[in-house]
Amino acid sequence: MRHDVLIAGFGGQGVLLAGNVLSYAALDDGKNVSYFPAYGVEKRGGTANCTVVIADGAVGSPVVGSPSVLVALNQGSLDRLGSKIRSGGICIINSSLVDATTLKRSDVKLVSVAMNEIATELGDPRMVNMVALGAYAELTGAVSLEALAEALKAALPERNHRFIPANAKAMESGARSARGE
Amino acid sequence: MQQVFTRPESLKDVQTHFCPGCQHGTVHRLVAEALDQFGVQQKTIGVASVGCSVFLYGYFDIDVVEAPHGRAPAVATGVKRARPDSFVFTYQGDGDLAAIGTAEIIHAANRGEDITVIFVNNTTYGMTGGQMAPTTLVGQKTSTSPYGRNKAKDGAPIKMAEVLAQLGGVAYSARVAVNSPKNVLQAKKVIKRAFQFQAEGKGFSFVEVLSSCPTNWGMAPLAANERIGEEMIPYFPLGVFKDDPIAQD
Amino acid sequence: MSKRLFVKGNEAAAMGAIEAGCRYYFGYPITPQSDIPEYLSRELPKLDGEFIQAESEVAAINMLLGASACGVRAMTSSSSPGISLKQEGISYMAGAELPGVIINISRSGPGLGGIDASQSDYFQSVKGGGHGGYRIAVLAPNSVQEMYDLTMHAFDLADQYRTPVMVLGDSVIGQMKEALVPNPRPVRELPAKEWAVRGKSGGEQRIVKSLFLGDGELEAHNWRLHAKYRQMMEKECLSEEFETADATLLVTAYGSVARIAHTAVAMAREEGLKVGLFRPITLCPFPEEALKAAGQRAGRILDIELNTGQMVEDVRLAVGSGVEVSFYGRPPGAGSLPSPEELLDQIRKHYA
Repeated sequence: MRHDVLIAGFGGQGVLLAGNVLSYAALDDGKNVSYFPAYGVEKRGGTANCTVVIADGAVGSPVVGSPSVLVALNQGSLDRLGSKIRSGGICIINSSLVDATTLKRSDVKLVSVAMNEIATELGDPRMVNMVALGAYAELTGAVSLEALAEALKAALPERNHRFIPANAKAMESGARSARGE
Repeated sequence: MQQVFTRPESLKDVQTHFCPGCQHGTVHRLVAEALDQFGVQQKTIGVASVGCSVFLYGYFDIDVVEAPHGRAPAVATGVKRARPDSFVFTYQGDGDLAAIGTAEIIHAANRGEDITVIFVNNTTYGMTGGQMAPTTLVGQKTSTSPYGRNKAKDGAPIKMAEVLAQLGGVAYSARVAVNSPKNVLQAKKVIKRAFQFQAEGKGFSFVEVLSSCPTNWGMAPLAANERIGEEMIPYFPLGVFKDDPIAQD
Repeated sequence: MSKRLFVKGNEAAAMGAIEAGCRYYFGYPITPQSDIPEYLSRELPKLDGEFIQAESEVAAINMLLGASACGVRAMTSSSSPGISLKQEGISYMAGAELPGVIINISRSGPGLGGIDASQSDYFQSVKGGGHGGYRIAVLAPNSVQEMYDLTMHAFDLADQYRTPVMVLGDSVIGQMKEALVPNPRPVRELPAKEWAVRGKSGGEQRIVKSLFLGDGELEAHNWRLHAKYRQMMEKECLSEEFETADATLLVTAYGSVARIAHTAVAMAREEGLKVGLFRPITLCPFPEEALKAAGQRAGRILDIELNTGQMVEDVRLAVGSGVEVSFYGRPPGAGSLPSPEELLDQIRKHYA
């Protein structure tokens, strides 16, 4: 079993936290994991992306040229990285900010989730990243929603643990949306 | 028979190899007497610098670490932090301390490291052959200021004892000279006072010692000695610029 | 098995240092290694250790020199431009035969360059780095686990051979997170530090110095340093091989790019190509003998580095003229990390 995913957006969308939560969930599952962040030199507002590789055996390269899944939280990420998705892979877009028709790929499964709307409806637009994670888990089975929710404890500082229930709900909503519900 | 003059325990019984009239030997003796007086020879770690001062370990019967040029205060910082119970001093010349090592002396002083710095200022680079130093007096001819130090181009000689006195971590900063018996006695008192701060763990102490370099000044020892009084002291005033036992509180 | 932690490579190195008994750290901030001083500034005070943020890299390496002269385990870390500044102190430490660990999470250059992963400091690291003829041991981790394990190993090598030891990584290894099993410090019989200054304490005077002015003294000293290097060459070479037994093309790579190459080699094997990977773990001493054997077996080598060709010179020297050695390099810069697919293309191209 091997999963790799490139999660991309602009700084502040919680891309790196999403990668961390996913990593902790897979790690708790006994898997081997690498989490490789790349971000602009500036602290805020630049582009951010991270690659997570989950494997039963050795992770191998933490750098992935053609990810099986791209999670694009903003238009720029899809424009820049859409062409890299492995043939037969999945592209999960945040349709609140991304125009789905710009991905000219017939060999990739495109899944649109209105992440900003869902997160806002749940009370906090900052939970876009959690909605995205829920959709990813639902579509790939790489980790379970329960494992993701559990991983929040490890990934978030103690003072933010009060947000865990809301974040778990956001994951569930993301999963439901990915199922087409 | 009463013995009135002996070699300090902290000095080795060796012949000097310094130039005739050089005052490193005098300063060595004053430092060694202070170490003896505090009874700390067996727990002292000296930090030698680059220049004629490097030969510290040849004269002192103490453990010594040799530092790269200008870095003695950083090396001494590492030593003191690793061995806080030891007695640590650096022994540096003016090129070493006031030119290439300016960053290290300023920051070790500002951190208030519990070390003592003995700064021998003879207004020239001795070992390399008498080049212009940061302390070379305006108008003084050296091998790299053949027309004399030009204040407009080379800047004014730097007064380290006054500069360091401004820093929060410095408990004690003073300037002495070793050109006369009276000044030597005063220097002895000041060096002891500086070590007192370290003995009590009260922060950074600094003593600038005006001394001669007859060879590179191109002067006979006596004339060189007179130059200290006539030219150096008027520009580099003797005195205590900071004496603040509570600087660290 | 100890619990698996999930940490950055930089943090793993800092944790390894603490496990190795290092209680003294001196550093200066520079991307992409600042996690190391940040971690140690938090943890060392809890262990009665000392953390100093020095005024410069130059000061930091000299604080390390001073602490090390006292016989304690001490460390500094930086990234390429800062390591250049430390070279003065590293040379003095090598000359005075002082142990000490220097971590270089290297970045791109020359000059200010950028912060991207780079292997451009290979020459500087393995050929001495500072003035005077000397070598220091250089270890090249390729995972978070190795950042931890090899940092501990670095302290042992440093004490055993009385030499500075460098751990050479880059932003891939330093910034990525992986599972870490915090193994206990390895047990190694080490010589007592009878040279360390302590204040005479009633014993003989001890002097830590690199100045040797007596007739013939410095020449003898140089040969002694060289003998230590030869001894390390005999006893301390480390390397890892993957699928090399029947390989007809051998890929050589170290550190981060070896991880990428590992996946590329696995992909090539799936295509039926007989390709193997040789990864030096010690860059100095360079594992010449092991590489020579693997290289001559394969007959052909593709060396891959994140620079314009540095280790490839040592590869050529090690395997001799009978082995064809090609090079593929990606000099550092934003967006220039090769993907496994890109390296697979190169493998196909060089596969006879």
